[in-house]
Amino acid sequence: MTSSLTGPASRPVIRLQAVTKTYGSGEAMVHALRGVSLDVLTRDYVAIMGASGSGKSTMMNIIGCLDVPTAGQFLIDDIDTAVLDEKQLALVRNRKIGFVFQAFNLIPRMTALANVELPLSYAGVKARERRRRAEAALTLVGLADRMSFQPSQLSGGQQQRVAVARALVTTPSLILADEPTGNLDTKASHDVMGVFDQLNAAGRTIVLITHEEDVAAHAKRVIHVTDGQIVDDRRRVAADANPPLLSYSTGARL
Amino acid sequence: MSPAQVMRFALTGLASNKVRSALTALGILIGVGSVILLVAVGNGSSKAIESSLDQLGTNSLTVIHESAGGFFSGGSASGATSTADLTLADATALSQASGVQSVSPVVDTSETLSVGGSSDSDVSLDGTYPSYFEATNSPISAGSYLTTDEVTSASKVLVIGATTATDLFGTANPVGQTVDVAGVPFTVVGVLATKGSTGLANADNTAIAPLTTIQETLTGYGSLNDIVVEAQTPALVNPVESEITAILDKEEGVTSSADANFEVENQASLLTTAASSTHTFTVLLGAVAAISLLVGGIGITNIMLVTVTERTREIGIRKAIGAQPGVILAQFLAEATLLSVIGGGLGIAAGLIGTQFNIDGIKPVAVPSSIALAFGVSVIIGLFFGGFPANRAANMRPVDALRYE
Repeated sequence: MTSSLTGPASRPVIRLQAVTKTYGSGEAMVHALRGVSLDVLTRDYVAIMGASGSGKSTMMNIIGCLDVPTAGQFLIDDIDTAVLDEKQLALVRNRKIGFVFQAFNLIPRMTALANVELPLSYAGVKARERRRRAEAALTLVGLADRMSFQPSQLSGGQQQRVAVARALVTTPSLILADEPTGNLDTKASHDVMGVFDQLNAAGRTIVLITHEEDVAAHAKRVIHVTDGQIVDDRRRVAADANPPLLSYSTGARL
Repeated sequence: MSPAQVMRFALTGLASNKVRSALTALGILIGVGSVILLVAVGNGSSKAIESSLDQLGTNSLTVIHESAGGFFSGGSASGATSTADLTLADATALSQASGVQSVSPVVDTSETLSVGGSSDSDVSLDGTYPSYFEATNSPISAGSYLTTDEVTSASKVLVIGATTATDLFGTANPVGQTVDVAGVPFTVVGVLATKGSTGLANADNTAIAPLTTIQETLTGYGSLNDIVVEAQTPALVNPVESEITAILDKEEGVTSSADANFEVENQASLLTTAASSTHTFTVLLGAVAAISLLVGGIGITNIMLVTVTERTREIGIRKAIGAQPGVILAQFLAEATLLSVIGGGLGIAAGLIGTQFNIDGIKPVAVPSSIALAFGVSVIIGLFFGGFPANRAANMRPVDALRYE
């Protein structure tokens, strides 16, 4: 890929340069990542695929600023994360990244609305504004009627959609999803992926990690990781085009 | 992140395990409550001693005749070479000393007073001079004091104590009534105001008559039992004490203190001794209570450690969505401090309710500084004992915390 001068549409949101990650030392040293270089452009929709132990989760942790590389450079919105302390990393996670986890990771005993408001609280947004934006985000994922429900009162698909609402409510540069459909049945997976497609169509940059081909089929670009290295990188649709499986029947909601 | 928001998170955290939070707060409640209550008990007992000594009159000194009084009979047995009486002459000599306001010679006896069908036995009957009332801080509530004329003429008049008055007359006005003392009729001229118990005897079950009358009708003209000397000001009590001791030594021909047939009792020095011993008592009680507060504080650390471990995953989530270490620290510190503040607040209430009851005959008196101190300490305990677990939570690596099952 070459960088273009056509404007913000092709600016890389994240850039990994020869990133390596090792755990342990000496004989027991494990190489989770062995020099990964990757640019993800604005509005892109990237699926990272790989078997268990391939290093894709390590990659996801580094992209999500939850972990730091052993060597190499990781930039998000042109900010080098190596120079940031824990407090600044927290700020980056809050402002630049929206997480969606396989296990939903909603906070129990807090309503859907409160869960979605949480990242805004950490960003210091005022209560009224927080509520307005959280309500808008929940409406966006089709849960306007479930705002006061606690996670335990929601189905898996609904919980994951709350998690998606929480990820997008801060309007981050990047939505990062780690096996978002791993714990969901086909119907719920379809709903959640539909939401991702629409978010991407609306201009959000998405990186998702999966080992399911039919989930990866929603992405514009599919990357395969094996033994801590990128072994395959295939673009299916241009970064600023609409996602391949976007269903316009529900697009009106966005 | 506003402080209100941190508090809301802390409250949500506490509410998620109500029983555990309540039990932890209970530990602090007991600690704070016992500090307040036990210090109040110590303070109450010292107040009780002070006020009962106060009622005896802080300006006054009492010269007690040892062989006749029997009050300190142990002391007189060994050095009983001199059994000279305390006499009115001694009293007159004492009144010449400088700084003396008044001198009241006293003979006392215990008699049964009766009126018609009702009687009151073991009434402490003092024969004395009118100055006795002021010197012993015994105001009247009805009628009048004894007069010098009544002493001179040995009138058969009585001023009776509050309890004696109710025992004999009920609610009727005793002034002007006649009371029978060992077969001799006396007229009641006054009633003393209530004094309350001194801890030793009921100070209200008493009667006061002119010295001459008691000697003439009941005790005969023997030794005085004691002489109450009132100094002009509290500051003069100690110089007056030395002076009257010197005068009496000279009058009675006493050369060493072992020979003395009298003892001078100084209310002020009694007060100091009593105050210092009750202070020790209060400190001891406070220390015991402080230990229970410490134990309550360790309970907070314990529970917060469990909470932090239990909620490792939640901490990971919060960090992943952008909670800074300081915010996590604040949340768990707020939880710990809320526990101790709630426990401390309820402990203050419990302690204050406890002080409303008499405990082993002592009316506890709450010490405001102990309330402030106990509450302040409980807040500090929350911060201190919550600090370690909260710090552990704040410094967790998000990637590890998220992986925690």
